[in-house]
Amino acid sequence: MGQFQTRNQKATTEAETAEAGDAPVVVQRSSASLTFRRLARDPASVIAFVFIIALVAFAVGAPLVEAWTGHGPIEQYRETALSPVGLPVGPNAEFLLGGDQLGRDVLVRIAYGARVSLLVGVLASLLAATIGVTVGMLAGYFGGWVDVVLGRLMDLVMSVPFLLCALALVSVFGPSLPLSVSVIVFFSWTTIGRVIRAETTSLARREFVQASRSLGAGHGYILLRDILPNLALTIIIYTTMLIPNAIVFEATLSYLGMGIVPPTPSWGGMLAEAGANSIYLVAWWLVVFPGLALLASTLAFNILGDGLRDALDPSARGRAVLRKKKKTKG
Amino acid sequence: MPLIEARNISIRIPTEDGVVHAARNLSFTVEAGSLFGIAGESGSGKSVLIQAIMGLLPQAEIEGECLFQGQDLLAMSQDELRALRGRQIGMVFQDPLSSLHPYYSIGRQITEVIHTHEDVSKAEARRRAAEMLEKVGIVNAAARLDDFPHQFSGGMRQRVMIAMALILEPPLIFADEPTTALDVTVQAQIMELLKRMCDELGVTIVMITHDLGLLSSVADRVMILYAGHRLELGPAGAVFGTPAHPYTQGLLLSSPGISGPDEALMSIPGRPPSLLATPRGCIFAPRCPQAQDICRTPPPVREYADGSAALCHFEPVPHDMEALSHGDRMADATGAAPLVSIRGLTKTYRIASGFARTRELQVIKGIDLDVIRGETLGLVGESGCGKSTLARIVAGLEPATGGEVNFDGTRLSDVSGQDWRELRKRVQIVFQDPYGSLNPRRRVGAIIGAPLKIHGLAQGAALKDEVRRLMGLVGLNPEHYNRFPNEFSGGQRQRIGIARALALKPDLMIFDEPVSALDVSIQAQILNLIRELQDELNLTSLFISHDLTVVRHMCDRIAVMNGGQIIELEEAGKIFAAPREEYTRTLLAASHVPPRPATPEHRELIATLPQQGAV
Repeated sequence: MGQFQTRNQKATTEAETAEAGDAPVVVQRSSASLTFRRLARDPASVIAFVFIIALVAFAVGAPLVEAWTGHGPIEQYRETALSPVGLPVGPNAEFLLGGDQLGRDVLVRIAYGARVSLLVGVLASLLAATIGVTVGMLAGYFGGWVDVVLGRLMDLVMSVPFLLCALALVSVFGPSLPLSVSVIVFFSWTTIGRVIRAETTSLARREFVQASRSLGAGHGYILLRDILPNLALTIIIYTTMLIPNAIVFEATLSYLGMGIVPPTPSWGGMLAEAGANSIYLVAWWLVVFPGLALLASTLAFNILGDGLRDALDPSARGRAVLRKKKKTKG
Repeated sequence: MPLIEARNISIRIPTEDGVVHAARNLSFTVEAGSLFGIAGESGSGKSVLIQAIMGLLPQAEIEGECLFQGQDLLAMSQDELRALRGRQIGMVFQDPLSSLHPYYSIGRQITEVIHTHEDVSKAEARRRAAEMLEKVGIVNAAARLDDFPHQFSGGMRQRVMIAMALILEPPLIFADEPTTALDVTVQAQIMELLKRMCDELGVTIVMITHDLGLLSSVADRVMILYAGHRLELGPAGAVFGTPAHPYTQGLLLSSPGISGPDEALMSIPGRPPSLLATPRGCIFAPRCPQAQDICRTPPPVREYADGSAALCHFEPVPHDMEALSHGDRMADATGAAPLVSIRGLTKTYRIASGFARTRELQVIKGIDLDVIRGETLGLVGESGCGKSTLARIVAGLEPATGGEVNFDGTRLSDVSGQDWRELRKRVQIVFQDPYGSLNPRRRVGAIIGAPLKIHGLAQGAALKDEVRRLMGLVGLNPEHYNRFPNEFSGGQRQRIGIARALALKPDLMIFDEPVSALDVSIQAQILNLIRELQDELNLTSLFISHDLTVVRHMCDRIAVMNGGQIIELEEAGKIFAAPREEYTRTLLAASHVPPRPATPEHRELIATLPQQGAV
């Protein structure tokens, strides 16, 4: 045999030399640990993440808040939470965030309201993502008339005026939690559907899909085994971004009296009640605290979604770096 | 005085995985008016080196100095460098398709360079641009100044790029793989042009390439890089004729054109090391056939009387050129029934574009071809000649527009539904791009096992055993069953692709440019593997490539394609000995094969210097 290895000696030369004892070892980090490292380097994402954990704990622990303050979410404390003239009292030792116009504890109501917001936010986004991914993948993969029909359907849904439609539905069926979730889902699946459609179109042209086809794989196999796993990042990112939208949607519906039925507390409903009889003019806390809760949670989910995209999607990373550079210069 | 004098350049690039040592302790000098070649495989640090010198790597830590006309480029500020780029140093990039701005006319792009650095009138700038375009071989240049890049072919665009680099007559031009994206015949023209510019205008050219054949035909001096180390430096004649470093020898010997058609290729085992780690001894030792204990210590630089220097503990030893021959596997073509028979095949694409009329593009214009059982048929042609489309039609991935394809007696156009699934079992493709053809989100075991699962041929433990057997067959470690594709190198990925295609024991294997994305040393490993599998499993295969030397090495018969037609079909030996068509002759003339290195005679060693700053 020549001085160079002329034959591939069965069962591998490549692997053996790569693992030969004296070759220095390089640690290959898993993608999960890389993602965490990138995420941890972005303080905004970390704060947002911690806030969301705290918010979930707050919502889950709402009964504990109730037990600790001794105030039920729909019970009225006319003696202590209302002043002699019938106006709500401001934040004090007993009512940390003050009382509302009916003498209820704002803190406890915000805690129970968080449950509604998170439930609707998460549930509606998951449903919307499921529909959007299914429709988007079918449209992107099959193309042709399937794409035309589903694409126009998405256009159609996007062109329906949201409030008008919600008003009509509520007046027919009456306000309820399932109805508001359905309305939110109906209006939010299109964004993710569009993104998934575009990405599926490009994935379907990749060689590994061609390879699967040449092996004799059916459409179902290709869609579920080859394409879906490659969409995982997009799905995670967009679902996270859908949650704040759904929360705001729910608050809007409740504000208009078409979402959660009073007296069940919800953030939108609380804002509506504060605005209804101009009580906010004398009791700022009725607007500020539910408003802050709404603002902070939507912001937190948005920031986390943004951070996740930077951390998970290598193509977006360049932009993130660029942005940072500009900041340091300016 | 040399034009460039680089001393001890080290480049470190911080990344998320750690610090990448892209170059370590590189020193070289480039004489004015010469063509200096930097060769190496991908990841050897050749492009990074040029980018660092040009100041295009702001995030890297760079040590050492690089004197250009007496000034240290590495110590300059960005503003000083900007004044220098274009004016003093021109740059030609790899991909002429994407380095020209599609929105501006070429005249405007060239005159922009002039206006940036000089205060001249518009008319004067245009006159100079036209003159330069004329010089680089663009006919009727003045009239074409207002044309846009898409109106030029790839080779013409590369000429425009070269004109743009030369327009201010800089003393130095960096050319980063200037011909890699081009077809062979065009490659030859561009190289000739660069060489002519070197001679006529006295420009110094520093050219980066992975193609040793090309470099051996033009370069004056060469530097061989490997994993950021300068393994060999010297006059082209000495480096290519009598390489002093075992790596250079290995690279030259693994070019497919060097071995005879029935010899196995010499290949360098293993793959390049990670740039994250700090080597303890010689960087090449793990792959070196001559490695001994002393190679675990940093090697010295040995300088020879003929001007070359190598980073090795040993003086060159005569290599033993005895090659193993593959069995003579010429199929008995006469009388055997063809496995695939193609008659009058045509393929037309309809291009619908917005409001414009639908255009028709005929890619295949009537092809007759037989693939005989047991033979390897080569399809050669330049990009766009329709060879890949032909493969996709034979594989059943696309329908033909006209004519017919018979596979073992069945007409492909008559096959439908369930029969397609059966047929797919019998024809398999190995794709060109080892990165795109494997699903990045699935484990290797699942990828190789997929065909067996899809056709319900094996389950559970049996499936796993079969996958392990296949992995062993193509030279992968079966223990890597659970890894993801991104944990493998390009060559290993191509092995995975081959294993997947073999899983169904197909009657016909189609190799669509299986090695064009791989480095030379890895390419030889894969070609040898394919050769062996063909001998062992008696495969019938259709081997597609743009590279004549590869096809010659692999195939029994060769079909030369041009413009959607087969213009010549002949036994491999004959086509090389006596090509009938003019086009075949052009192709043959354009493919550069590096010289077969001679057995080094005794060379006079003039100095042995310990490597500076070695770890």
